[in-house]
Amino acid sequence: MTPTSRTLVRVPVWPLFVAVAFAAVALTALVLIENQKLLGAALAITAAVCFCAARFGGVAAMEVAASENPWLLRGLITVASLAVIFVLRDDNFGLLMLATVLIYATICLGLTVQMGYAGLTNFAAAAFAGTGGYTAAMLGRQGGLPDALVLVCGGLVAVFIGSLLILPVLRTRGHYGALTTMAFGVMFNVFLDANDFFGGPQGLKLPGINLFGWDFTNDIHIFGLVLSSYVNYVILTGILTALAMIFVGLLDRSWVGVWFDVVRLDETAASVFGLKIAYWKVLAFTIGNFLAGLMGAVYAKMTGFIAPANFTFGDSLVMVSIVILGGIGNRWGVLPAALIVVLLPEKLQFIQEYRLIFYAVLVIAILTMRPDGLVARRVRKLHTETSA
Amino acid sequence: MGMIGQHLLNGLMQGTIYGLVAMGFTIFFGVMNVIKFSHGDVLTLGAFGGLVAVWAANALGLSVPLQFIVALCVAMALTAVVGAGISHFLIMPLRNAPPLNMLLMTMMVGTAIREAIRLFFPNGTNPQRFPELLPAGGFNIGPSFFRTDAIILIIAGAASIGAVYWIINHSKFGLAMRAVAEDTETARVMGINFGRIIPLTFALGSITAGFAGMIYALYYSEINYSMGLLLAVIGFTAAIVGGLGNIWGAIIGGYLFAGLQTFVVAAMPSMSDYKNVFAFVLIIVLITWRPTGLLAERGSERV
Repeated sequence: MTPTSRTLVRVPVWPLFVAVAFAAVALTALVLIENQKLLGAALAITAAVCFCAARFGGVAAMEVAASENPWLLRGLITVASLAVIFVLRDDNFGLLMLATVLIYATICLGLTVQMGYAGLTNFAAAAFAGTGGYTAAMLGRQGGLPDALVLVCGGLVAVFIGSLLILPVLRTRGHYGALTTMAFGVMFNVFLDANDFFGGPQGLKLPGINLFGWDFTNDIHIFGLVLSSYVNYVILTGILTALAMIFVGLLDRSWVGVWFDVVRLDETAASVFGLKIAYWKVLAFTIGNFLAGLMGAVYAKMTGFIAPANFTFGDSLVMVSIVILGGIGNRWGVLPAALIVVLLPEKLQFIQEYRLIFYAVLVIAILTMRPDGLVARRVRKLHTETSA
Repeated sequence: MGMIGQHLLNGLMQGTIYGLVAMGFTIFFGVMNVIKFSHGDVLTLGAFGGLVAVWAANALGLSVPLQFIVALCVAMALTAVVGAGISHFLIMPLRNAPPLNMLLMTMMVGTAIREAIRLFFPNGTNPQRFPELLPAGGFNIGPSFFRTDAIILIIAGAASIGAVYWIINHSKFGLAMRAVAEDTETARVMGINFGRIIPLTFALGSITAGFAGMIYALYYSEINYSMGLLLAVIGFTAAIVGGLGNIWGAIIGGYLFAGLQTFVVAAMPSMSDYKNVFAFVLIIVLITWRPTGLLAERGSERV
């Protein structure tokens, strides 16, 4: 059968509209509401709606509609994002939170490629992000380089540092592999704490982003409206997240994704079929580290300050938790998971102090009750067109 | 030259602590094929339990040797119960899950313990002073000064390593444990109570952590809520370097790591802040050279 015959079966698109609208409204509400009781109620309603949608086939309908109309989905998400930004236009704290969520989500997309697709364990994501951040800080001190290049350099330096680890990562497997990245993550912190050149425990200050003459520290004035300067960062991180999302999606859909899966699931079988295991592992490791370094640089520029305490082993664990929480190997799951892990503790004041213990209990509960994560990865279906 | 004795003693002390922690890791891995990363925080919990016991014993007016015994018993009992509890309620239900999930789960259990101590122990964010329960003083051999309590602790640590080794290799419980490690199904067919051996194994491994926690507390006279994290990373490293599942490997790994740290401190005193950096770099190099540890796991992969 030809692919055109599939379009004869009309798939309703309204679930898509409903889902995106609901996500946008829920997100705005969670960011805006300050009253703790109202916030609790909003959270409960959101959870209940999500649960019901999953229970009564709403999610499935949405997925079908989304896979039939990918461009409609992308358009809807863009419109919804702009609407959210418009509503939150002068809420500095909310926008900062949103940008942070997007940064975490993008780093975790890189981790998804490493851990979910190629099956490499990486317990040093925060250290790679920190590498990017420190690169941005050091380059900023030198001056002269345009910020677009500085951000890319952050990614490249993370890739370079990661390439030093490639040999141990390739040669070790399983628990032994976990050790190499873990040792690196811990080492990164100990080194920075002891090193005066990189500012020691106090860290470094660095200026905001100035992209192609566009100064991110200024407020935006359009049509007589004033948008907070943080809108810049939300838009930038949003674009980067969207690009990473599309890239990772294409990767997953392509033969590269299939090869990643084979390498992860059975190395022996992969090598029997002539796949160069080392090549694909290096590729996945490089992609993940680049995303981590890039977003680390953006994060450092956004907060205007960088210190070893922001990139501890605990933070790497938080990132791995996001990937597991969302459903390992599922790129869409990363977004709600990052939202829960980053935004919730900031919003729920009583959690603040108990933040880490909250993550810990949340992850333990998820792992025991729903080990596949919030949005489990689907088993890949090849040749759906020919078999349908 | 007077420093050599000091460095030697310090290195032996740290090596004993690391070896004890690594032994726990390797016991858990040998029997259940899991990495229990909460091990370091169980150690912290043991040390804090000991501290509370000392306070209580002091309030009851017990003599110092009695305080010491009470603290040791409480620390070991507490870690045994917590270790068995973790294995029964959290690790057993997940034993068929992917290794990554298990690793993350135990890391999070460790985080929960660590944060609970920080938040709920009175003034838990700050380091706590641990009272000196062992005889103070020391003696000189040549130009080097040796602390009496350090000697006692090293001997006690070595003795406990020997005791655990004896339990595993020469007791009936150890036999059952090794049987489960070798082949769970066959062991069950042979009438070994699987549901009881596993928690007991975890209790045994955790007792060594409690013991190591007490040694740490008595030697450094100070404990804090996060001391378990670095000890867990180092203990895990030591167990990996030795080869997981191999008791001697773990002990060698522990002393090796302590040796590396001590060497850096002794040879380059100005770089002593970087001792862990050096040690970890060397460990990464080592693991690249022997990907399954110094005393490597035998056998090829079956397809």
